Amino acid sequence: MLLEKQPPVSADTPIGITLTINGQRRALQVAPWTTLLDLLRERLDLTGTKKGCDHGQCGACTVLVNGTRVNACLTLAVMKDGAEITTVEGLAGLGDRKGSNALHPIQEAFIEHDAFQCGYCTPGQLCSSVGLLNEGHAHTRDEIREAMSGNICRCGAYTNIVDAIEDVMQGDAR
Amino acid sequence: MNRFDYVRAGTVAEAVQAFGVGARFIAGGTNLIDLMKYEVEKPGRLIDITRLPLDRIEDHAGGLRIGALATNAKVAYDDRVAERYPLLRNAILAGASAQLRNAASTGGNLLQRTRCYYFYDVATPCNKREPGSGCTAIGGMNRIHAIFGTSDKCIATHPSDMCIALAALEATVQVSGPQGERSIPFAEFHRLPGDTPETDTNLAPGEIIVAVDLPESRFPQHFTYLKLRDRLSYAFALVSVAAGLELDGDTVKTARLALGGVAHKPWRNREAEAMLEGKPATRESFQAAADLIVAEAKPQSENGFKIDLARRAIVRGLEQAAAGTPQSLSDKRIQ
Repeated sequence: MLLEKQPPVSADTPIGITLTINGQRRALQVAPWTTLLDLLRERLDLTGTKKGCDHGQCGACTVLVNGTRVNACLTLAVMKDGAEITTVEGLAGLGDRKGSNALHPIQEAFIEHDAFQCGYCTPGQLCSSVGLLNEGHAHTRDEIREAMSGNICRCGAYTNIVDAIEDVMQGDAR
Repeated sequence: MNRFDYVRAGTVAEAVQAFGVGARFIAGGTNLIDLMKYEVEKPGRLIDITRLPLDRIEDHAGGLRIGALATNAKVAYDDRVAERYPLLRNAILAGASAQLRNAASTGGNLLQRTRCYYFYDVATPCNKREPGSGCTAIGGMNRIHAIFGTSDKCIATHPSDMCIALAALEATVQVSGPQGERSIPFAEFHRLPGDTPETDTNLAPGEIIVAVDLPESRFPQHFTYLKLRDRLSYAFALVSVAAGLELDGDTVKTARLALGGVAHKPWRNREAEAMLEGKPATRESFQAAADLIVAEAKPQSENGFKIDLARRAIVRGLEQAAAGTPQSLSDKRIQ
C-alpha cells in the first residue's frame, strides 16, 4: 500500500449532508468515516439504535433507510446524503402505521407477546420487523424466522418475536 | 477505521478517473467497511459509486443484464430472475441476512474477500493480506478452508453464494476501466491463489464492474442451490452446490455444476459436466460425476470431512435438480 506517496487531499474536511431523521430534516457536517450508527448515537443522541457487534453480524443497529432495513454500523453516513432514516425512536411516528398508545403496532405486539428479555436487541428487532413487513416476502413462520436471521437475540426470545410479527402480519391481512 | 478522502462519482468515467493507488470503489460497503474496521483494508480514498445509473435489471440478448449496483435483494426478488433464473434467486437468498442483502450490490458480491480467520486477524501472518508473510491457515485452524485449487501460499475460500450460481449459469462480467470496456467470462473472473493470493480476481486496477449478463435461461425447472453450513441461516457455506440440468426425458442433455466453500473461486469441473451429458439422470450417474470431482480434492489438517460432504452434496444437488425439487429457502432440513 503506497498511501504515503499519495496522501488524501480532503480527509480532514467534514462534508455537508442532509438527512431526514424520524421526519426531521437535519443539515449535518460529517467526517467521511463516520458510520450512520455512530452519527445517530454519538452526535444526535438517538441512542435507541444499539451497537452490538459493530460488524453487521448481530442486527442490533438495524434502522430503516428510505423504508429499507440495513445495518447502520456498515453504512457510512456521508453515502446516505438525502435519505430518510427511521430509527426505533421514530417508529411510533410513521404516518401510516399509527397504533394506540402512540406506539407502532409492532411495538404493541412485542409487548403483548413478551418478545424480549434484556431488551438490548429489541430496537433492531423492531426496525427489522418493520422492514420485513414493508418487504412483504415472508408469510409463514419458517419464512419469518429466515427473514429475521440477521437479528440475534442472546436471551432467546425468538419464539415470541415470531409470534409478534405473525400477529401484526395477520392484522394487516384482515 | 483509518482516515480517507471521499469522492462521490457522478459518472463511470469520473469514478475511473478518480482511481489511484490506495483507492477503493465503494457501493454497498458491507464487506469493505467491515474490513476497514479490522484495518485489513486501509484505503486512502473511497470513491462512492452508488449514484451511478447502474442499478437496472434489463432484458438483454435473450438473457438478462443485471446492473452492478442492483442490490442482492433487488435481484433476488425480480420477477424475471425468479421465473428464468431461480437458481440465482435461491443462491442469493441462501446468503447473508435481509439487512445485508438490502445494501450489498451485485458488483460488490463478486469482489467479496475471503472469510479466512487469519486474513481478518492482522496479528497473524497472511499471504493474501500481506504478501510474503506466510499462511497461518496451513497447519492451523482450517476446518472452513479449501480442498480444491489450493497453493502452498493460500488455502482460503471464496465466500459468495451468488457467485456459485453465476458460475453455473455461465454469466459474463462487463467492466469499464482506464483501457475502456471489456467482457470477462465468469469462469475467468475469479482466480486461484497460486503465488499471488493477494489478487482475488482478474480485474485490472481502476476497472469497475458495470453489469453482469446472464445468457438465455436454461435451467428454470431443473436446478437447486444446496448450501451446507454450521447453522441453518446466516452462515457461510462449508460446501454448497449450484446445479442446473436440461433433461430430455430421463436423459441429461446439459449439466452445469459449481461448488462453493471449497476453493478460492467458484469450483467447476467441465469433465464431470461433460460426462453427465447423454447419461440417464440417475443416482449412479451422479455418483460417478461426484467421484470424478472429488478425486482431485486435497484435504488440510482439519477439513478432510469436506471431501465426503462435497461428494454427497453433489449427488443430492443433482438429484434435487433432476426431480425439479430445489432445496427449500426456509425449511433447510435435508430430506
